[in-house]
Amino acid sequence: MPHDHDHHDNDLDEMTALTRALETVLVEKGLVDPAAVDAIIETYSNDVGPRNGASVVARAWTDPVFADFLATDATAAIASMGFTGRQGEHMRALFNGAGVHNLVVCTLCSCYPWTVLGLPPVWYKSPPYRSRSVRDPRGVLAEFGTILPDDTEIRVWDSTAELRYLVIPERPAGTEGWDAERLAALVSRDAMIGTALADVP
Amino acid sequence: MNGPHDLGGRMGFGPIAPEADEPLFHAEWEARALGIVLCCGALGYWTIDESRHARESIAPADYLRFPYYRIWLTALIELLQRHGELTARELVDGHALTPGKRPEKCLHAQGVVGVLSKGSPTCRTVEVAPRLGIGARVRVRNLQPTGHIRVPGYLRGHVGVIESQCGAHVFPDSNAVHQGEQPQHLYTVAFDGAQVWGQGEGVSIRADLWESYLEAV
Repeated sequence: MPHDHDHHDNDLDEMTALTRALETVLVEKGLVDPAAVDAIIETYSNDVGPRNGASVVARAWTDPVFADFLATDATAAIASMGFTGRQGEHMRALFNGAGVHNLVVCTLCSCYPWTVLGLPPVWYKSPPYRSRSVRDPRGVLAEFGTILPDDTEIRVWDSTAELRYLVIPERPAGTEGWDAERLAALVSRDAMIGTALADVP
Repeated sequence: MNGPHDLGGRMGFGPIAPEADEPLFHAEWEARALGIVLCCGALGYWTIDESRHARESIAPADYLRFPYYRIWLTALIELLQRHGELTARELVDGHALTPGKRPEKCLHAQGVVGVLSKGSPTCRTVEVAPRLGIGARVRVRNLQPTGHIRVPGYLRGHVGVIESQCGAHVFPDSNAVHQGEQPQHLYTVAFDGAQVWGQGEGVSIRADLWESYLEAV
C-alpha cells in the first residue's frame, strides 16, 4: 500500500513525529480541536504562572485579615483573588515561621498547584527530587543553595491526595513600608515550593 | 501498585540539577502533548485516577528514562486505545480510519479558559462522621494492591498523628477502575522523619491519606 503519509519520510525526531501523528488522528476524528490545544498552551504560557502565587504571598504579607483568611481557608482566599481551577481545587497555605520551614513534593507523580504556580519545572517531576526530598530534605535544600539553621524543623509535604500546597515564605527584613506589588517581585517560584527563601532586597 | 512511580526514599538518581531560566517547554511537542492530554481528558472517558494508574503502569525502565511529557503521552495512547478511540494502526499511519465516538465532547478553544478555571473538585458529602480524631495515633496499613493506591511505599507500617481532617474525597483506588467514587474521609497525617528513615533530626513528613489506609493504634 502506498506510503503517502508524511511522518516517516522526514527528519522529525521521534517524539515530534509521534505527537504530530497522534494530534492528526485525533483532529480527524473530531476529538481534538487544534485551536483548543493552542489556547491551553497560551493559558499556561501567559496567564497562569508563579506571578499568581507571588501576588497571594505579597498580599498575605501586607494584609493581616487576608493572611488569616489564607490560613483558615486557602481555597477560598486564593479564589477571592481570581485564581481557581485545575490542580488548585483544594488549596492549603503553609506558612514558614520561626523555626519551621515547609517543603512540597509529590513522590508518586507530579502534583503541583497549577492555579498559583503554573506548570511545574522538570526537576520537580523528576526522580532525583521526588526520591530525595522526603528522605534528605536538608541535602536537597543545600543543592538549591538554601541552608537553614540546624534547629529549624523541616516539614515535608508529600502531595498524595488532591490538596495542593503553597508555601508562604517569611517576609524578608528591610522591606518595611513596601507595597504588595513591590514585595511580589521578591517571591520566586522556588520560594513557594520551599526550595528557596524569599529574595532579600 | 508497587510501580516505578513510587519514588519516595529511593536512592541513586543523582543530583537534582535545576536548570537556570528553565523554559516552560523544552520542545514544541511537549507543549502540544500537554494540550492534547488536557483536551482528551475532556472527552470524559477516564478520571484523573485512571490516568495516573496508566502512567504508573508504564514499564519501569521506560518510566524512569522517559521525559515527563513522554510519560503522559504514552499513558494517553494506552487510555485512548483502551476506550476505543485509537488503534495502533491509526497511530502508525498518522490518519484516522474511523470517526471518533464522542465528537460532541470535543473541547473547543472558546471553552478552554472555562474548563481550566473550573477544575474538578474531589470533595464529596458523606453521611458518616470521620472515624479518626485530630491527635489520634494511626498506623499506615501494609497495603500492596496491584491496582491504584495513593499510599507512598515508604510510609507503610509507620505510625503518625492525625493533624487535620480534610473532609471526604473521592477514593482513588476505586475511581481508577470504574468502581465508583466511594468517597472517604481524608486526613493529613504527620510522621517523624527519624522514625520513618531511622536517622535524621528535625524533619517531619506529612501526607494526605484516606481513612481505609489507616488503622488506629
